[in-house]
Amino acid sequence: MAVLEILTYPDEQLKQESAPVEQVDDALRSFIADLEETMDTGPGGVGIAAPQVGCFQRIIIVDCSKTRKPVPNHGRLFLINPEISDWEGMAVGREGCMSVPDYTGNVIRAESLTLKALDIDGKEQEFHCQGFEARAIQHEMDHLDGMLFLERLVSRRNDLFKRKVYQKKK
Amino acid sequence: MSHWYMLTLVGKDRPGIVAHVSAALFDGGCNLGEASMMRLGGNFTIMLMVQFDGSTRGLDNLLEPVADSMGLHRHIDRIDADLHHHQEPDVRITVYGADRAGIVSRITGGLAEAGLHILDMETSVAGTEEKPIYIMQIEGHATEGVEALQSALEIVVQDGVEAQLETIETLIG
Repeated sequence: MAVLEILTYPDEQLKQESAPVEQVDDALRSFIADLEETMDTGPGGVGIAAPQVGCFQRIIIVDCSKTRKPVPNHGRLFLINPEISDWEGMAVGREGCMSVPDYTGNVIRAESLTLKALDIDGKEQEFHCQGFEARAIQHEMDHLDGMLFLERLVSRRNDLFKRKVYQKKK
Repeated sequence: MSHWYMLTLVGKDRPGIVAHVSAALFDGGCNLGEASMMRLGGNFTIMLMVQFDGSTRGLDNLLEPVADSMGLHRHIDRIDADLHHHQEPDVRITVYGADRAGIVSRITGGLAEAGLHILDMETSVAGTEEKPIYIMQIEGHATEGVEALQSALEIVVQDGVEAQLETIETLIG
């Protein structure tokens, strides 16, 4: 096990798109263990994506079980090749990132989503996530596409009557 | 030696003020830090951190031509600046209602007693001249917990004013 170095913006590597994982094996599980340790060592992170440590494979870890105010969550999720198959609603929430120290901003994300991914045994799994957990998954999945929350910032101000006012067009 | 200054500019709003002022500062060798510009009642207002090698008087001389040409009042303070140490708010309070004197004082007074440290505040007067409404958004740190603020808010909110408090859980991913 090892704590890996987290890339921070403006490191260009954070803009790189990650490739799907071809094979879930012991070498991959060993890397995921390091990624997990890195997340747990970081400053209050509820998630981490492999490209944040310079590994450009589609792997994220999310854990929303330790928020100040408890939120619906699935515990610690190891998600390989995650794909969102459906989503609903939009909400504004405040985000920061271990790759962008000392800045937080408001970002609009889907309120709930259905997600397919492989687990650490290579088995396909499906989750329905909402609220904060859904937000964390979207934040981490953006890293897999080389995107930071900075590209999704909305105004800090004037978000008065926000939340649950947007609906996805059917 | 380079120092941080807080520059305040106020004047009638018009397009191009930020561009002109920042060009003059850049040409004069200044570096900009954090800034907040707002239109308040049709006025241009900005507070801007400026890093400058010279004295307050030197910075003032640098700004005089552009401020005068754009009709801006200016004020310069030498400050102790602290970058890269943002404080995260953990609570947001939104208040709105028919405008009347005393809303801010009553509500922020009660919240301050219950431990609120305001980090960001914006208020606006909307509606019409006949029926103005007051809208206030505060973000801050609940030094004595959110419950204390919630209780305080319920006591200070008067008829005709809506107030809501929500916690901010910042996602760090």
